[in-house]
Amino acid sequence: MAELNRPPLQGIVVEEHLVFTFTALCRASGADAAQLQAMVGEGLIEPNETIGTIGAGPDDWQFSGDALPRARTALRLARDFELGLSGAVLVMDLLAEIERLRSLLQSSSRSR
Amino acid sequence: MEFKDYYAALGVERTATHEEIKRAYRKLARKYHPDVSKEPNAEAKFKEVAEAHEALIDPERRAAYDDIAKRQASGQAFEPPPGWDSGFEYSGRGGDGMAGGGDADFSDFFESLFGRGRGERSGREGMRRAGASAGPVQGGDHHAKVSIELRDSYQGARRTMSLRMPVIDAQGHVTLQERQLEVTIPKGVREGQHLRLTGQGDAGRGGGTAGDLYLEIQFLPQPLYRLDGRDVSFDLPVSPWEAALGATVTAPTPEGPVQLGVPAGSSQGRKLRLKGKGLPGFPPGDLYAVITIAVPVAASEPQSAAYQALAQTFAGYDPRASLKV
Repeated sequence: MAELNRPPLQGIVVEEHLVFTFTALCRASGADAAQLQAMVGEGLIEPNETIGTIGAGPDDWQFSGDALPRARTALRLARDFELGLSGAVLVMDLLAEIERLRSLLQSSSRSR
Repeated sequence: MEFKDYYAALGVERTATHEEIKRAYRKLARKYHPDVSKEPNAEAKFKEVAEAHEALIDPERRAAYDDIAKRQASGQAFEPPPGWDSGFEYSGRGGDGMAGGGDADFSDFFESLFGRGRGERSGREGMRRAGASAGPVQGGDHHAKVSIELRDSYQGARRTMSLRMPVIDAQGHVTLQERQLEVTIPKGVREGQHLRLTGQGDAGRGGGTAGDLYLEIQFLPQPLYRLDGRDVSFDLPVSPWEAALGATVTAPTPEGPVQLGVPAGSSQGRKLRLKGKGLPGFPPGDLYAVITIAVPVAASEPQSAAYQALAQTFAGYDPRASLKV
């Protein structure tokens, strides 16, 4: 229990304060380089290329924090349903749309 | 250790074919996968289903499991002797292409039979490989979930959690060790966001840095409040006369009860905004009390008379005017 005497660990909120390089995102998401490049190709995650580099490759890419949960969800769906990546991305788009409609439905049924 | 009936988990016969097992898994996965399901306990159910599938879809594992199950059925308590599985060669799918999502955390039963599942398994093998090579190797990243109350996001909180992580000893053996961590939950954190705890993943080797730990924030279910980003809303029931005449009512907020003015002439669905009383942040969210009008049932003669008096007084009022009938 010695660990408990230390000050509590401070975390960083990934979605708000973190930027990933290509390699860091591979490591954190568990995707390999080819999978991550395919996700960029599918438009699931978008790199903000470093300013001033035209035609920059993966080594210059940076990703905002929300790329991590997106990449992980895609990998999970692909694995558990034996889908290709584009199938997983389609599922995610549809899920997001359902979620949007659900909350719309909820707020409109409540205001009646 | 609890014996798991993997055939029951998938709802198939012990004689089921490979195809039948696959079909049963797919059907249940569509129903319970936590990313697509709204079923209660989807996550726990999917875990059982995925574990059963992982055990039965691989012929070698299935044979080993059937062997154990036979002994279990003959009344022997289940207790696998250490190394009992050494007779089975798991050529397996250790390097499973999509294993990376790897939050598979299978039961002790599964692990005692087959080692760790899916992503974790290949991760572990990766560690073994890494252990054999020279030079610094960075430790792997880990993912876990932490459940908090809504008010923990309002006030900030501390959570003590235990995690089981693979640790490599000097001989290169991998064991699972329980670690306790005390973590600060930052104010204003939202459902589904992740915290990164630097250096709290796997230890690095040969001078490599440690991996990181990612914690996914989950809010415990609560009946009152709805969340939309940093905005929080709840239904505020008022009586018809409070809505018509205005009133000061006591309303709940995640930070404790407040006195709230309901303006005269409020209608159903009107939103009263408490600016900045949503989840903390820059800027903080707002809290909305959404008015719902509660209509009391006339349960006595005087109460019926009161409604009748109301009807006479409002003789010209047509609640259906907008329907144009």
